[in-house]
Amino acid sequence: MARTYLLLAWTWLRASAQYPVPLVMMVLGSFVLTGMDVAAIWIVFGHTRSLGGFALAEVMFLYGTAGVSFGLADLLFGNVDRLSQHIRAGTFDAMLIRPASAFVQVATDRFSVQRFGRLAQAAVVLAVALPRLDPPWSRIWMVPVMIVCGVVIFASIFTIGGAMQFLLTDAPEVSNAFTYGGSTLTQYPLTVYGGDLVRAVTFIVPLAFVNWQPALYVLDRDDPFGLPYGLRFAAPAAALVLALAAALAWRAGIRRYRSTGS
Amino acid sequence: MPSRHPEEAVFPPRTRLRPHPRLSLYARLAGYGFRRHSAYRAAALAGAFTNTVFGILRAHVLIALWEARPGLAGYDVADAVTFCFLGQAFIGPMQLLGGGVQLAERVRSGDVAVDLLRPASLQAWNLADDLGRAGYLFLLRSVPPTLAGAALFGIVTPAHLATWAFFTASFVLGVVVSFGWRYLVALSSFWIVDDRGTQALSMVMAMFFSGMVLPLNLFPGWFGTLAQSLPWAAMVQVPADVYLGKRDALEALGFQALWAAALLALGALATRAARRKVVVQGG
Repeated sequence: MARTYLLLAWTWLRASAQYPVPLVMMVLGSFVLTGMDVAAIWIVFGHTRSLGGFALAEVMFLYGTAGVSFGLADLLFGNVDRLSQHIRAGTFDAMLIRPASAFVQVATDRFSVQRFGRLAQAAVVLAVALPRLDPPWSRIWMVPVMIVCGVVIFASIFTIGGAMQFLLTDAPEVSNAFTYGGSTLTQYPLTVYGGDLVRAVTFIVPLAFVNWQPALYVLDRDDPFGLPYGLRFAAPAAALVLALAAALAWRAGIRRYRSTGS
Repeated sequence: MPSRHPEEAVFPPRTRLRPHPRLSLYARLAGYGFRRHSAYRAAALAGAFTNTVFGILRAHVLIALWEARPGLAGYDVADAVTFCFLGQAFIGPMQLLGGGVQLAERVRSGDVAVDLLRPASLQAWNLADDLGRAGYLFLLRSVPPTLAGAALFGIVTPAHLATWAFFTASFVLGVVVSFGWRYLVALSSFWIVDDRGTQALSMVMAMFFSGMVLPLNLFPGWFGTLAQSLPWAAMVQVPADVYLGKRDALEALGFQALWAAALLALGALATRAARRKVVVQGG
C-alpha cells in the first residue's frame, strides 16, 4: 500500500512539474497564505503581551506544532476531501475497479508540491519558537510524539470528512469546518475559546491532543481548565481511537456507496 | 413571403415607457445568475455552516484580544465580534476565497469564443451574472452566519435607518469591487493558461488585506495605512465600518466607488487587449 502510494504520488508530482510557473506560484502562494496566519498572530501580539495567558513564543510553539502536523496530514491525505468531486464526475467508479486501494488513489490524486509550502512555513515557525522557549531535554521528547499523534488525528479527520461526503455529496464544504477549522482552532491556546468548546475538543473531537495537552507538558504549565494531569500523555491513545473511527467511517461509506450508474 | 422589403420595416410607435433593452438584458442575466446558483443550495448551506464555525473560532480570539486591550482601535468587544461575523458573512457574496467568475474555465475550454461573439459586453455580461450570484449567496451564506453570531455572542445592530441604507450601498459596491478584481484575475488566463497560481495568490491578498483575518485597523503604522487604501479594504473593512458607524459613510462610499470604477476600467482595457490576443483552437 505504501509502495502504491509513493508510486502514484511521484507520478502526479512529475505531471505537475510540466507546468513550472504555476507550480512555483502555487508553492509561494501556499507558503504566503499560511504565513498570513503567523502575521495575524504577530499583529495581535503587537497590541498585547499575552493572549489567553500565553506569551508570543508559546503561541508560536502551539502554532508550529499544529501547523507541522496539519501540513503533513494535508500533504499525505488532504486530497481525500475532494472525494465528492470524484463521485460527481464518476471518476471514483474508475478508482474502485483498479487493483489498488481506492483510499490511496483518492489521497494521491493530483498530489501537489504546493502543499509543501504549508509544511515548510510551519516548520520554520517551530524552529524559531522552540529555542526561545528552551524546554528541558527531559520534556522535549514529547515534541516528536505530539507531531506524529497530530498527523494521525488530522489525517483521521480528513478521512472522516471524506467519508461524510459519501452522504453529503453535494455539500463537501461541511468537512472543511472540521479539517481547516481544526487547524485554525489549534493555532491558539485553547484558553481563548472557553470551557464548553474545550471540553468538546477534548472528549468528542480530540483536537486538544494535537498540541494543547502535550504542550502543557512540554511547557510545564498547569491546566487552566483543571483537567487531569494524565491527559497530557493521552495523545497516542486519542490518535489511535480516532484512527479506528476513521477507518470504520471510510469502510461504512464505501459499503453504502452506489454509483450514479451513468 | 414578407409583404414588405425588410429594409422598409416600420416600427410601431412606442406607446409606453419600456426599460432600456440593454438594461433589461443585464437584469435578466442577473436573474439567471441567481437561479443558476440556487441549484446548489446544499453547497451554499454547507458554506454557511463552515463560515459560522470559523466565525465562532475567530470571534473567541478577538474577544481574548479585546479583553486584554479594551477599546483597541476604537472598537469595543461587541464591535469586534460583529466585525468578525460580518467578515464571515461577506465571504460568499464577495467570493473572498476566489472564483465565481467562470471566464477562466471558458478560456481554457475555448467556450470563450462563443462569449466573444455575443452582441453584449463580455465584462458587463459577467458582472450581471456575478451580481445575481452575490444576491443568492447573500441570502444563504450571509444571513445564517450573522444570525448565528447574534444568537451566540450578540452583535451590534445600527440604530439609524440611514446607516442601513449606507450599509446596503456599501455592500453592493463591495461586491462590484470584488467582481472587478476577480474579473481581472480571470482575464489573466488569456495570457497564463493555468490560472491556479494567480487564483492562489489572489486568495492570499483578498483574505489578508480585506480585513477578514484581522481588522485592518489593527495593522501597525504605514502597513496599516497601505492596507486601508488597497481595493481589498473595500470588500470587508469598509462595509463593516459603515455598518458599525465607525467611518464617515460618504467618504467610505466614495472610496469604494473609486476602486470600483478603476478596476472596471482596467477590466475593460484588458478585455480589449484579450480580444486581440485570443486564438481559438479547433475548426
